[in-house]
Amino acid sequence: MFPLGIEPYLIGGIIIGLGVSIIYILTGLHATQSSFFTTTLSWFSKLPHFQDKRNIGERDWRLALCLGLISGAILYTFTLSPSGMFVTGVNTWRLALGGLLVGFGTRLSNGCTSGHGISGLASLSTTSLYAVITFLGFGIITAHLLEFMGVS
Amino acid sequence: MKTRNIAVYGGGILFGFGLAYSGMTRPEIVLSFLRLDDLGLIFVMGGAAMVTFFAINVVPKFMKAPALGGTFRPRVSVLTRNTLIGAAIFGTGWGISGQCPGSAVASLGTGNWPIIVGLTFMFLGAYLRGRFIKDGN
Repeated sequence: MFPLGIEPYLIGGIIIGLGVSIIYILTGLHATQSSFFTTTLSWFSKLPHFQDKRNIGERDWRLALCLGLISGAILYTFTLSPSGMFVTGVNTWRLALGGLLVGFGTRLSNGCTSGHGISGLASLSTTSLYAVITFLGFGIITAHLLEFMGVS
Repeated sequence: MKTRNIAVYGGGILFGFGLAYSGMTRPEIVLSFLRLDDLGLIFVMGGAAMVTFFAINVVPKFMKAPALGGTFRPRVSVLTRNTLIGAAIFGTGWGISGQCPGSAVASLGTGNWPIIVGLTFMFLGAYLRGRFIKDGN
């Protein structure tokens, strides 16, 4: 069940929660991630969906959040990381197809693992609870199907 | 540069550090969770949600408003068909690739250059949603 132990997961989760909490306590903003794609596209697309006033108002801090995430991961890589840099061995087609569905699905659902999974659940939102159960269920089924079919 | 954005950037550093610390920046670890070989991810989401629960539900009892302005408002939304259809599509992509938006962005900072492909396609997916699906529900 826990071949790598529980500590790195729990401690990592608490650090993530502290980051999200600090942002909320200082600014009232929910540090969620998938909206970043939509608000960033507002710089490039004239479509009304992206030019929505809310998107324009959020795009600067969502970019700041994205840069923070990258900076934090760089900090970890050069301090506590036991193996330094990391390059995934997951096949490119899986990153591409999976990425496409993740981008489309999270924006249709209005949330992802952070939006529904952290901020939504922490807000006791039943909508987010249903979303989390749904994406967890489909993720588990998909990963098992691919393994069963021997897809690498 | 707005103070608000600096605060978000600072909190984001912790967020990204935690994602890397917990291994979420490695699609392999996320996939091993979804195959139910390693259930640790539950503790990442659970631990993060628990801490955030206090920030959202307890802190506002002691503070009228966020320190830098704005208002405290829990993240609640109306359940629509698209919430669930989108979550199902997201879950499928998650199970294929082991990436979610936050972990993919943070993964860039660990030197994981192939994740650029995943992020590019996430932008494409978000664009297609805006291009072809009507807003509303």
